[in-house]
Amino acid sequence: MLNLKIERGPAPLWLRPLIPVIAVVVTFALVSVLILWAGASPFDAVYQLLINPLTRTSARADILMMATPILLTGVAVAVAFVCGYYNIGAEGQLYAGAIFAAWVGVNAEGLPPVVAIGLMLIAGFLAGMLWALLPALLKSWLSVDEVVTTLLLNSVMLFIVSALLNGPWRDPVSGWPQSPTIALNAQFPVIIARSRVHLGFIVAVVVALAVWWMLARTRFGLELRAIGKNREAAQFLGIPVRRRVLAAALISGGIAGLAGVGEVGGIHYYLIGSLSPGFGYTGIIVATLGALTMPGVMLSALFLALINRGAISANRELDVPVYLSDVIQAALLLVTLAVLLLNRYRIRWGR
Amino acid sequence: MPPIIEMRGITKRFGALTANDGIDFSIEPGEIHALLGENGAGKSTLMKILYGLYQPDAGEIRINGQPVRLTSPAEAIVSGIGFVSQHFALVPKFTVAENVVLGHEGSRTLHPTAMSTTVMETAASLRLLIDVNAIVGRLSVGEQQRVEILKALYRDCKVLIMDEPTAVLAPGDIAALFDILRVLQGRGMSVIIITHKLDEVFAISQRVTVLRLGKVVGEVRTQDSTPAALAQMMVGRQTVTVARNTDHRRQDAVKLDVRDLRLTDKRGGLRLRGLSLEVRGGEIVGVAGVAGNGQSELVSVLTGMAAPDSGSVTVGGAPLPFRDPKAVSRLKVARIPEDRLKGVIGDLSVQDNLMLESVEDFTRMGHLDRARIRANAEALIRAFQIKAAPTDLARTLSGGNIQKIILARSLGHAPEVVIAAQPTRGLDIGATEYVHQKLLEQKERGAAILLISEDLEEILLLSDRILVIYEGRIAGTFAAQDAQIDQIGALMTGAHPHA
Repeated sequence: MLNLKIERGPAPLWLRPLIPVIAVVVTFALVSVLILWAGASPFDAVYQLLINPLTRTSARADILMMATPILLTGVAVAVAFVCGYYNIGAEGQLYAGAIFAAWVGVNAEGLPPVVAIGLMLIAGFLAGMLWALLPALLKSWLSVDEVVTTLLLNSVMLFIVSALLNGPWRDPVSGWPQSPTIALNAQFPVIIARSRVHLGFIVAVVVALAVWWMLARTRFGLELRAIGKNREAAQFLGIPVRRRVLAAALISGGIAGLAGVGEVGGIHYYLIGSLSPGFGYTGIIVATLGALTMPGVMLSALFLALINRGAISANRELDVPVYLSDVIQAALLLVTLAVLLLNRYRIRWGR
Repeated sequence: MPPIIEMRGITKRFGALTANDGIDFSIEPGEIHALLGENGAGKSTLMKILYGLYQPDAGEIRINGQPVRLTSPAEAIVSGIGFVSQHFALVPKFTVAENVVLGHEGSRTLHPTAMSTTVMETAASLRLLIDVNAIVGRLSVGEQQRVEILKALYRDCKVLIMDEPTAVLAPGDIAALFDILRVLQGRGMSVIIITHKLDEVFAISQRVTVLRLGKVVGEVRTQDSTPAALAQMMVGRQTVTVARNTDHRRQDAVKLDVRDLRLTDKRGGLRLRGLSLEVRGGEIVGVAGVAGNGQSELVSVLTGMAAPDSGSVTVGGAPLPFRDPKAVSRLKVARIPEDRLKGVIGDLSVQDNLMLESVEDFTRMGHLDRARIRANAEALIRAFQIKAAPTDLARTLSGGNIQKIILARSLGHAPEVVIAAQPTRGLDIGATEYVHQKLLEQKERGAAILLISEDLEEILLLSDRILVIYEGRIAGTFAAQDAQIDQIGALMTGAHPHA
C-alpha cells in the first residue's frame, strides 16, 4: 500500500528557492484545463503568455509599463506584511494618491516639470499615508483587525472617487465622469522612446531598492523583521512594537499612493474611476509570490506583467479571453499560499 | 512471561541525524520501566514510534510476540498502548467526562449522564480521585494529568507511556502520581516513564533502560544499580561535577528591592497580592513554588513586560519603569525569560539576536554597523561557547545553545541584577550545569540574582536564600544552610509549616 505521510518539519534548504517555481508550474497545469476548454492548445497558450511578449521590443516595453503600478503596490504590501500588519488596503491607498496627484497636476500650470512632478509624488505619498492612518491607529490603539478595516476602506474610497468624478470634478468639457486633464508640465516623461514606459517605472525601482536597503541594512528594517517573525520576543527585546508597526503601515500606504500617482501622471493624465483594475490586490499576489523580499517582489512584478501582456497576445492569436491572466493570477496566489506550506512540512512516501 | 512489547533494532533518522540507532527495548507485563536519558538521547522518538506517530526506518515491533505495524496512534490505541504527553491534549471548556470520551464515543448520540457514570466507574475502579463533571480548564495541572491517564485507561490501555510526567508537578503531586502508577501496576498494567531525573527512576521503576545519543547504553534492574552508575551511563562521562553555591557569607547592599506588588490579570484574578522581596549584591535568591502562583506575573513585571496595579521596584536605588523592556535593560538588569522562544527570534540570525537588545549601540544614524555586529557576535560566541556561526538562524540551534544566546546577550555586559526565570527548563545535564556556573560567576562578580524556578533541586543547589511563593505572595523565607525540603514543600502547597 502506498502511503503519503505528512510530517511537521522544515523543508530541506534546496527546496526553498524552488517554491515559487513549483507554484508557477502547478498553476499553469491547473489553468491548462481552462485553456483547453476555451478551445486552444495549452502549449500554444504558454508560448503566447510567457515567450511571445519577450520576443518583441514593443511588448517588452509594455511589460515594464504594466509592471510599474504592481511593483509599487507589491512593495507597499510587502513592507506591511513583513512586520505582520496585513494591509489589504493598497487599492484604496492607490486611489487616495491618485486623487491628490490629479489635484496637484491640474493646478500645476506654469510650474517647472521637476517641481510639478515632485509635488505630485509628495502629495500622492502623503495621501496614501493619510488613508492608511485610520486603520493603523485603530490597530495600534484598540487592536482592531486591520484586514477588515483596510479592506472595507477600499470600497469607501471607490465611492469617494465616484462622488468626486460625478460631482465637483466632472470634466467640464466632455461631461464624462473623469477629472480635468493635468497640466502638460505635470505629465511624466516617457523614458523609452516610442513606448508608454514613463518616469513612474524609475520611481518604482528606486522605491523598491530603497526598501530593500531599509529592510536589510537599517535598524528600523531589522526591527520590522523581528516583529514579523516573533512579536513577543521583539517586545521583550525592547522594540517599540506598536510605533514600528504604525510607521510601517503608513509607509506602506504612502508607497501604494505612489502607484496612483504613476497611473495619473504617466498613463491617463486624469483621474477616472477605472484607474486601477485591482493593482492593490495584485500587489498582494506580487508580495506573496516574492516571499516578501525585494528581489522577489521585483521579479514577481515583472512576471505578472509578462502574463498580463501575454494574455493580450494569447487573446489575439488564440482567441482565449483576456481574463485568462486574472484567472492565472488568482490561481497563482492560492497555489503559492498552498505551496508555502511546504516550508513547514515534509512529505514522505512510505509503504 | 514473555514481554508484552518488544522493539527490536529500531532505527529512525531525521535527515543527517540518527535519533534512534538499532534500539532494542522490551517491557514485561506489570512492570514500571524507566526510559532514562538526556535531552536528545532519543527517548521521545522511540516512544513516538511505539505510539504510531513516527515510522521507523528499520526494526520491528512485537506485541505479545506478534509482529505489528503501527502506522497511526489509532492503531496503537487499539493495540492497548496509551500515551500521556507533556503537552496535554485536552479541551479546556469540556468536562472531564467529555474529554475522556471524546474520540471514543462508541455511538453517534451522546447520553451525558450515562457518559459521566461510565467515566466515573472507570475512575473509581482505579482509585483515581477526580470529579468527572468538573470543567477541565479549571483543574490544576496535576488533575489535568490525571484526566489524561483516565483517557488512556478508558481506551483499555495495557501499556501506558508517560513522557516526563513530573516536569509540570509539585512535590506533593509527584507522590500522588506515583501512587496512581502503583495502583495501575497492581492491576497488571505496564508503565513506561520517560525521564531524565534519577531520583524518580529509583522512586518508582523496577527496570531502567538508558539511552545516549540514540543508542541503548544499558538496561538494568533498578535495585541492582546506583544513581552514580546510571548518571555515568547517561552522560558518558566519569564524573559529574555539580556546581553548588557554598559561600553564603557575602552581604552587599540591596540591589533589587521589590515592594508590595499587586497585579490583577485580564480576567480579574488577583495574581500578585502584595509581594515583597529584596536581593543583595553577591546573593542568589531562589523563588520556589508550584507553577501558577504568580511567578510568571512577577517575572513579567521585573522584565518590563507588565505593569502592576500598585507597588514599586527599585534597582540600585533607581525606580524600575514598568512595561518598558528597553529601560529595564538599560538599568543593567539581565533578563532570562521563562520561555526562551519568547526571548529569541528563531527566524533571525544568531548575530542579530545577540545585538537586538542593545540595537542602538550597533547603529549609526539608523544604519546597522555590520562589522561591529559581527565582531560582537564572534566575541560572545567564543566567550559563551555557543555552537553556531554568527549567520546561522537561531532556530536551527539546540535548546542549550539558544539559552546560551540569551545568557551571552544578557550576562555579557556586566549586569547589576539578574532575573533568571526557569533558566534550565528543558535543558540537558551538560547545558544545565553550564547555566548554573554562569549564574554563580555573576554572584562572584557581585550581581544580585533572582532565580525563579519550578525545579526545587536547582533552587536548593544555587540559592543563598530561598523564598517560597504561594498565591501571589512570599509565604516563607529560608536561609540556604537551614532549608528543610519538607517545610518548603508544605509552604509551596499552602500548608503552614510546623515551626
